[in-house]
Amino acid sequence: MALPAHGITALFGPSGAGKTSCLRAIAGLDRDGVGRVAFGDTVWQDTPRRVFVPPHRRRIGYVFQEPSLFAHLSVAGNLDYGFRRAGRPAQLDRDGLVERFGLGALLHRRAATLSGGERQRVAMARALLSDPVLLLFDEPLSALDDAARAGLLGQLESLRAALDVPMVYVSHNIDEVARLADHIVLIEGGRVAAQGSLQDTLTRLDLPPALGEAVGAVIEGEVVGCDARDQLIELAFAGGRLWLPRRREVVGQALRCRIGARDVVLALAPQEGSSALNQLRCRVVAMAGADHPSQCLVQLDAGGSRLLARITRRSWHALGLAPGVEVWAQVKAVALGA
Amino acid sequence: MALLSGQDLQALWLTLRLAATVTTLLLLLGMPLAWWLAHTPSRWRRVVAAVVALPLVLPPTVLGFYLLLLLGPQGAVGQAMQAMGLATLPFTFRGLVVASMLYSLPFVVQPLHDAFESIGPRPLEVASCLGAGPFDRFCSVALPLALPGVATATVLGFAHTVGEFGVVLMIGGNIPGQTRVLSMRIYDHVQAGEYPQAQVLSLCLLVASFAALLAMSLLRPRRHARG
Repeated sequence: MALPAHGITALFGPSGAGKTSCLRAIAGLDRDGVGRVAFGDTVWQDTPRRVFVPPHRRRIGYVFQEPSLFAHLSVAGNLDYGFRRAGRPAQLDRDGLVERFGLGALLHRRAATLSGGERQRVAMARALLSDPVLLLFDEPLSALDDAARAGLLGQLESLRAALDVPMVYVSHNIDEVARLADHIVLIEGGRVAAQGSLQDTLTRLDLPPALGEAVGAVIEGEVVGCDARDQLIELAFAGGRLWLPRRREVVGQALRCRIGARDVVLALAPQEGSSALNQLRCRVVAMAGADHPSQCLVQLDAGGSRLLARITRRSWHALGLAPGVEVWAQVKAVALGA
Repeated sequence: MALLSGQDLQALWLTLRLAATVTTLLLLLGMPLAWWLAHTPSRWRRVVAAVVALPLVLPPTVLGFYLLLLLGPQGAVGQAMQAMGLATLPFTFRGLVVASMLYSLPFVVQPLHDAFESIGPRPLEVASCLGAGPFDRFCSVALPLALPGVATATVLGFAHTVGEFGVVLMIGGNIPGQTRVLSMRIYDHVQAGEYPQAQVLSLCLLVASFAALLAMSLLRPRRHARG
């Protein structure tokens, strides 16, 4: 498996698919049963050649599912553990990170007195302060409640923009992945089912059925309008415009949204007198069978953006659909993040 | 009349010196041993653990007897020591230290082993990802987290050494200032019908033992609160 050395790569798949094992192998925490691991030009493990670089020499930032703070140290002690061992590198702004993660008031507290979200924030800042060349996240948000999760997702999103360090992010939550990742590796049953850029991969027709709900388009666009009366925002992207429920978005910001394959209805002409807000003009690209014999997946092109629709085979025939046919897609889009 | 005679004080001092020496040496030795037991994937782990635990069930006189044979002038270790120009260990303070270390070994290793095991692999994995090497991880993470266990090991090792009798009888004898420890002295007093003197010394041991156990139970809840 080769992963890009920039941006966020998501390892996505059902529980028990081998995502964590993969991450532990990269970090060098599990040595047995691993063949070869290399980062850039550096070989970290090559079992036939008896090469093994121990984890503490790999300069990896690892954020575990449970925050795993050192119980005998204060928050500051935890943060400085890796920072000191990395030689307090001057390019790392410790105070800035403390502020970014909102830890200023917690520095003297013990780990046991922190909430789950606070602990995970400390764990992330601690990993960043160890001056890593690679950041590994193992479902860092799955043990948190919704509010803490939303907060940390925002932090991660801004980190992606601010940081040059490649990240590998393990998750079984498609919304997290769709919001954060640039690149995705779909793992199923211990092997790679598909990988590539997020948008292309999630709209492929040959994905294993176990990934069912995850299948669908991820649209990246810019918020261009806001309807305060109806509490909607307007998102412009390559294939047109979408209205989405408003949360805290502001005009001008970039925003991703997800359009699940089940949330797309196809029609041959734009519908009037329909409650559907969003209708996109598309061209049929290809069709493939879905997990149930009555269903099929239709790949669509909306002005350069890929969409996926899951419809019945009966409808496919009734509408006379074929590659190249123009259709109107009524979509229910879910904005990702705030 | 003084509560404690000069000889009693001498025995008391000797006992404290013995217990302190034995406990210190056992902590230094038991730490790597307990660490190894807690982390090795080796098949020998169970065998070694059983050997370490042996003094728990072995009658002290039996342990003392075998040590006497082994360390004595005719024993393998004794002959080797004589060949190197060293005095044999039986009936010396150093012999008492060696015997007491074997006798109290499980009382130090067991709590250390439990403490190291209860830390689990995660804190050490975190430390290694943060750039800490093996020895660094042990000192900066494992040891501080195992501190309650170290305290328990210290108290148990010390108290157990103070209270021994059978091993001392076999390998130490009853030489004033050399091997005559508190428990021997109490035995002497009782034999001589000096019950008040035996009473005072016994009370000392009773109070000390109680204090040790109290200290341990005071340490425990702190460990859970830290978890």
